[in-house]
Amino acid sequence: MNQQPYSNFKATLAIAKASFRSIIRSPSAVVFSLAFPLIFILVFGFIGGGGITVDVGVAKGSDTQNPVYQTLKHIKVVNLIETETAAEMKAELDKGRLDAIINVHKNTGHLPPFTVDVLYTKASMDKGNILKSLLTSVFYQINTKGNNTPPPVAELREATVTGRVYKTIDFILPGQLGFSLLSSGVFGTAFVFLSLRITLVLKRFFATPVKRYSIVLGEAIARIIFSLLGALFIIMIGRFAFGFTLVHGVTTVLNMLLLSVIGLIVFMGFGFVVSGIAKTESTIPPIANMITLPQFLLSGTFFSINVFPAWLQPISRALPLTYLNDAMRKVAFEGASLLDVSHQILILFVWIVIVYSVAVKTFKWE
Amino acid sequence: MANQPIITVKNLVKKYGDFTAVNNISFEVYEGEIFGLLGPNGAGKTTTLEIIETLRGKTSGEIIVDGFSIDKDPDSIKKRIGVQLQAAGYYPNLNLTELIELFSGLYGIDVNALAMLEKVALTDKAKAKFKELSGGQKQRFSIATTLINNPRIVFLDEPTTGLDPQARRNLWDLIREIRNNGTTVVITTHYMDEAEVLCDRVAFVDGGHIIGIDTPDHFIDELVNSGFERKKEVKKANLEDVFINKTGKEWRES
Repeated sequence: MNQQPYSNFKATLAIAKASFRSIIRSPSAVVFSLAFPLIFILVFGFIGGGGITVDVGVAKGSDTQNPVYQTLKHIKVVNLIETETAAEMKAELDKGRLDAIINVHKNTGHLPPFTVDVLYTKASMDKGNILKSLLTSVFYQINTKGNNTPPPVAELREATVTGRVYKTIDFILPGQLGFSLLSSGVFGTAFVFLSLRITLVLKRFFATPVKRYSIVLGEAIARIIFSLLGALFIIMIGRFAFGFTLVHGVTTVLNMLLLSVIGLIVFMGFGFVVSGIAKTESTIPPIANMITLPQFLLSGTFFSINVFPAWLQPISRALPLTYLNDAMRKVAFEGASLLDVSHQILILFVWIVIVYSVAVKTFKWE
Repeated sequence: MANQPIITVKNLVKKYGDFTAVNNISFEVYEGEIFGLLGPNGAGKTTTLEIIETLRGKTSGEIIVDGFSIDKDPDSIKKRIGVQLQAAGYYPNLNLTELIELFSGLYGIDVNALAMLEKVALTDKAKAKFKELSGGQKQRFSIATTLINNPRIVFLDEPTTGLDPQARRNLWDLIREIRNNGTTVVITTHYMDEAEVLCDRVAFVDGGHIIGIDTPDHFIDELVNSGFERKKEVKKANLEDVFINKTGKEWRES
């Protein structure tokens, strides 16, 4: 028999080590925490790279040797499509796949030398309006150059501040990071504790001198380490493959990881609750989805919550992932410090209090 | 050796609502013996074991394990006992070596995992997962995990259920070896032939009561003296002897 004093630290560490080994060998953990977010990042990273484009069909027979056409050709936002037949263009315009069709006529013998016919579509009014204002400005330039008009009443002086370019990845990556933490925290924790409970692994543990807090702490440490490695991996892919903005470099990364830990603690709390409510492994996904799906959709993972209707926004603003995403974006893109996002962190802490008071009531050891 | 009690159970009662699972049980287990708890399903064997193992609360009664009271010092008891549960699983995705490391951490001691596996002849499965083992191997591994803390007493709950005759005999040898190394063994089983050859003393439990404690020999003599006769004439061998004789003693892996 062993006489050395019992070490809770050693026991906690042994559980953390075992749990970490188990997580990295479990396909579902790797798929949910890494593969899914990376796929989304790849998809949005590639399709979203150029920002807004306006697709403009150029009608067959349209004149191309004119200043209007030449100027449009050099505007990045405008994507001129010239290969389609008139019928195809009409159909595309109806569906909103083309945002407008343009047709330039040369007027021989009378003024003005060119007439531009533009056909917009109700299927894409937003982009049509962008084209409209682009055309207005193009016309203004051409017309003032072309004639010897008197000095204008007011002169427009434009300047652009060389700021950071807000790329799609700068929005998408923090959202995906939050999603990864959410699914790992909720699903991972729920599955682990339910399966340890129903396969009597926990019961066998209780026949040893291990303390309950060692089990919870050991599992939490393993999941946090795993998720932080995953977060680091996602950030690095974003940085080096898609130019994700990290304003203060390493400091920003560290701040993001710290935020990840706070978020993960909230989400693991949901996981504890789910593992207590679920009776079998097959009841975990529906219950866990009730927690993750609304956050996945309403917390600004894919688009800013400002685009939601007014009645939905209060719900968005109640969800913890909203604040994690918000804090992440501020830290990464605006270079905010943790102090600057203390409001978001505070709300996450409120969530920690709420979730864990529920977890203490619902959690089952056997 | 004088019969020194290592476990003393006095007037143990366990009630689940209206149902009384264990009804005023008292018995002693002596140091260095193999003690069998026998009885039909639902008799209260597992409940009694789990209360002694500190895994379940009791309604009333007193239990002393190796000098420690179950009420006052369950932690000291946990350090002194090894427990094999009926149908317990092990931490998922870990191999046997890693599981032994985990348990040594839970007991807060350092052990050589391979040496532990050697005790139960599983060194060649050191890198295998628990679920990849055969029934007999699983039971031997479970027993290995009960020996990690070098316990004074091990509790084995139906360790041979579902095993083939060879694996069963192999496990008997292992259990005797544990006893011969000075560890007390408390075992439950449904196989009376097993209790007869393995146990030094057995207790029959039925309906939450103990209805007799003695050596298997005494119980049999008592029954024979009362005039009992088997319906069929006893031959010098039984079908299991034929099975072992025809298929060999050595144990089959797989």
